[in-house]
Amino acid sequence: MIEVISKETGNKEMVINMGPQHPSTHGVLRLELVLDGEIITKVRPNIGYLHRCFEKYAEQMDDYAKVIPYTDRMDYVSAINQEHGYVIALERMLELEVPERVEYIRVIMAELQRIASHLLGIGAFGLDLGAFSPFLYLFTEREKILDIFERVTGARLLYNYFAVAGLMRDVHPKFKADTAEFVRTFRPKIKELNDLLSYNKIFIQRTANIGVLPEKVAFNYAASGPVLRGSGVKWDLRKNDPYSIYDRFEFDIPVGTGEVGTLGDCWDRYIVRVKEMEQSLRIIEQALDGMPDEGDVMEAIPKRIRPKEGEIYVRTETPRGELGYYIVSDKSASPFRVKARAPSFVHLSVLPAISKGSLIADMVAIVGSIDIVLGEVDR
Amino acid sequence: MKTPEEIFEYLKNEFGEDALTFEKGDIGDPWILVKAATIKNVSKFLRDDPGMRFNMLMCLSGLHYPKEEEVGVVYNLHSTELHQTINLKVRVPVDGPAVPSVEAIWKTADWHEREAYDMVGVIFDGHPNHKRILLPDDWEGHPLRKDYVQQEFYRGVTTRS
Repeated sequence: MIEVISKETGNKEMVINMGPQHPSTHGVLRLELVLDGEIITKVRPNIGYLHRCFEKYAEQMDDYAKVIPYTDRMDYVSAINQEHGYVIALERMLELEVPERVEYIRVIMAELQRIASHLLGIGAFGLDLGAFSPFLYLFTEREKILDIFERVTGARLLYNYFAVAGLMRDVHPKFKADTAEFVRTFRPKIKELNDLLSYNKIFIQRTANIGVLPEKVAFNYAASGPVLRGSGVKWDLRKNDPYSIYDRFEFDIPVGTGEVGTLGDCWDRYIVRVKEMEQSLRIIEQALDGMPDEGDVMEAIPKRIRPKEGEIYVRTETPRGELGYYIVSDKSASPFRVKARAPSFVHLSVLPAISKGSLIADMVAIVGSIDIVLGEVDR
Repeated sequence: MKTPEEIFEYLKNEFGEDALTFEKGDIGDPWILVKAATIKNVSKFLRDDPGMRFNMLMCLSGLHYPKEEEVGVVYNLHSTELHQTINLKVRVPVDGPAVPSVEAIWKTADWHEREAYDMVGVIFDGHPNHKRILLPDDWEGHPLRKDYVQQEFYRGVTTRS
């Protein structure tokens, strides 16, 4: 580090490292901050501490299906959504029909996972800013979702549940009742969260007008998900480029409005996530109503996956934004190339653009508000 | 909204037939193979032209083609205004893998290009911070090359388990 300091600094600037072991970096991320007093003049994110090169493994598996557990481990707090994107990409390559019941179960699971992921993201965001108790309340709710997942898949975090054109196993008979019960009990908690955290005066002071991301910059950096919507752009792949059966459900796309500060600030990104949970509940309710009770979830799973030659880019909306899989097939048993375009990776690259000129303490708020998962950044 | 074929015709009028080729696999998305020297102009045109308006570079990936002894870069573009999508591809020989950087056109390319350099070893001319991103700066080789052999030791520590 000494070398960096002598090279970069004039009289009054200082370079310090935030991380890699820092509670507010949500994993192992090192931020090189160039400071003028307490004001940040430059940020250089340093990543790669969790790099496992999942893409290389994928090329050596000799089976497309064996890649699915690896996708779980990218964004480990929304594993279902990672699997969803990958299996959809393969289904499009193989031009497979997915049974109705499978689609409904997938949507319910994906939306539950979205809520679980947002609960963690929001809770940790509050925690970063000193609000400890909301975190505990939110984790109690998240625990209920994980219990549902555990009963369905047998695992609490990394599920390996989706298969190409099917599911690894059917849901248990009480799944519908369990999920409906969760939806019923969870809805009032969102209002509680708003009272406890969203409109808390201290919380607003820490997040309003901080880390403002204008729409134009957001597009230039290809931001997506809550980060883009926080800047007031109505853009959700579930509506704008529908996949699975999302075109059958009625739901709104919440966007930031600059309600307590400037459009595109940390609070706007935060409140979009809160409002999205409500929309996810709406989707789950509709999906529970429409889900067929009968049907084999495993009958359509192909024994052997050998796509023809070609390449495809498929994107889905995960809790963090656009997750794209670029898959190239050369007719062999394993993919020629799999590239995962992870939303967190892209959003972290926006960080230098939106944190210039802010205080060190605000840096914590900004990193929390873009809600990164380092497993996905480094892959 | 234009189909990829229409976008290809549109581009051909602007840049001529020599620079561009329309290609498609047996399945999946088609792509336009662009000569490396023109990729920057094509990208700028795609972003700014009123009929194109590709404001989003969704993804940029590096590839290695061992049989042809080439490396490639794939650009997946989307226009949120006109709701159209196009894929571009550039292929250059593996012993001189230089491709002009599009970082000045879409900022998101900054990190994606660094990753493509890190993983596949494509050199991006004009990139403002051309360094490895996921691996340490002194790592040897590019892991996503098909002929990659992992180094035995890194700073005296074994890399095998």
